[in-house]
Amino acid sequence: MCKKVSEETIEYVGILAKLELSEAEKETAREDMEKMLDYIDTLNELDTSGIEPMSHVFPVNNVFREDVVTNGDSKEEILANAPKRKNDSFEVPKTIV
Amino acid sequence: MAKQYETVIGLEVHVELATKTKIFCGCSTEFGGAPNTHTCPVCTGMPGSLPVLNKQVVEYAMAIGLAANCEITKICKFDRKNYFYPDNPQNYQISQLYLPIARNGYIEIESSTGRKKVRIHEMHMEEDAGKLVHDEWDDTSLVDYNRSGVPLVEIVSEPDMRSAEDVISYLEKLRMMIQYLGASDCKLQEGSMRADVNLSVREAGSEELGTRTEMKNLNSFKAIARAIEAERERQIELLEAGKPVIQETRRWDDNKEHSYAMRSKEDAKDYRYFPEPDLVPIVISDVWIADIKARQPELRSEKLERYKKEFDIPQYDAEIITESKKMADIFEAAASVCGKPKKVSNWLMVETLRLLKENSMEPEDIRFSPENLAKLVNLTEAGTINSSVAKEVFEKIFAENIDPETYVEKNGLKTINDEGALKTVIDKVVKDNPKSVEDYKSGKEKAIGYLVGQSMKAMKGKADPGLVNKMLREILA
Repeated sequence: MCKKVSEETIEYVGILAKLELSEAEKETAREDMEKMLDYIDTLNELDTSGIEPMSHVFPVNNVFREDVVTNGDSKEEILANAPKRKNDSFEVPKTIV
Repeated sequence: MAKQYETVIGLEVHVELATKTKIFCGCSTEFGGAPNTHTCPVCTGMPGSLPVLNKQVVEYAMAIGLAANCEITKICKFDRKNYFYPDNPQNYQISQLYLPIARNGYIEIESSTGRKKVRIHEMHMEEDAGKLVHDEWDDTSLVDYNRSGVPLVEIVSEPDMRSAEDVISYLEKLRMMIQYLGASDCKLQEGSMRADVNLSVREAGSEELGTRTEMKNLNSFKAIARAIEAERERQIELLEAGKPVIQETRRWDDNKEHSYAMRSKEDAKDYRYFPEPDLVPIVISDVWIADIKARQPELRSEKLERYKKEFDIPQYDAEIITESKKMADIFEAAASVCGKPKKVSNWLMVETLRLLKENSMEPEDIRFSPENLAKLVNLTEAGTINSSVAKEVFEKIFAENIDPETYVEKNGLKTINDEGALKTVIDKVVKDNPKSVEDYKSGKEKAIGYLVGQSMKAMKGKADPGLVNKMLREILA
């Protein structure tokens, strides 16, 4: 069984991931994606009705912090990661929605 | 006959919670810090950092959910909402899609068409994004991540509102409730409460919903009302012209009283939600829910009834005072200190509301202490100052929270009750105004008012006008 992934789907997924793909890369991505979908189909053969979907591997819940300030001003360390900085802010290409 | 249209409105309201720290890290949420001083690897999305949930966020969200008659989701989880925009360095917002903390509630509103329920579809917890400042002259934008990770609760209503009046009534009810819970200060102007309006129109009597638009950037109740009117008109015009309404997000410009399309459904974002792997599920027990319920502070209706009983103030006073939590707190504290609740209530209902309106302030912006208001009530009641001086002093209290006792002493504002001193002044006024004296004696009752005024003026307002009136009548008798 082989799932067909359309040209448009590859294009759309690329746009969502902000990736510019060459024709060759699109072809590889399509093959990979089809394999993945086939694999999911295999999994779908299992009857999972009545089984809770699992979102976490460990049986742990309710991990909380108390509402207490523990962090001070680490502006310099944080801004050290900025590709560009200006006025103690991260400088990015102009973005307006 | 022209077609009749009905407006159908649902709201998405974001409320910034009043926690001391962010939702997933120990950074301060304090407003107005220098750029990027309240940041850490978690809230700037550094690889390898691990978010840990602030318990207080869950408790505030539960409190709001319970107050809005919602069912609390006993096993709830976070999801990632993926999008690329520099206000969010992780490239995803941690939010809740599949199992939001509260569902299926309602809020009762009152409008000119009567009481009705606005149903709450769901409420979820999420993180706020950073602030982008766009440089006018340069081709760059500057990002400050102090807001990134500040906890929000988003409250999604069903499309149960039919007019701007319904919407304002719903928002006021919601705001009052959340302020009473202490979960947020809910200031629209400062963005700690934000409302997006989903609106569609349909022919009156129709059961089907029309195509809706979403309106953003609404910063005041007035802007919300104007935006709703304009959007209703715009959609009706389209329909009348036989054109379709396009499902899109629009940005309201309140200065131009006009909205602009931001993005249409074709490029509507595909957020590719998936379960957040870094945060474990939240399991909420009945015990925890009962505990939150037990700790729920007194809500407005309970407070209103208690004020009428405990402080013996009229229904009308109690309604106005409890409209704002801040006002109620001041009332209760001041009334307890001076023991004259009705007097305190008068100062709040008349002078305080007048000054708030004149300065375009909200009750939450009040800065004076209840102790100073209580002192003023005592000074007035004891006759130490008269009512016009008291108003003057109150303006000072309102503006600078001065201590009225010291202020009155320092500025020599005490009422002069020394009858000897008063008599000297009044005698002089009588001597200087023979015409008015004659008028009064010939039966013109009004002339006494002028003489009282002149005497008060000579005393620089520091006399008791009642006493002056009485003495004048005795002298002229």
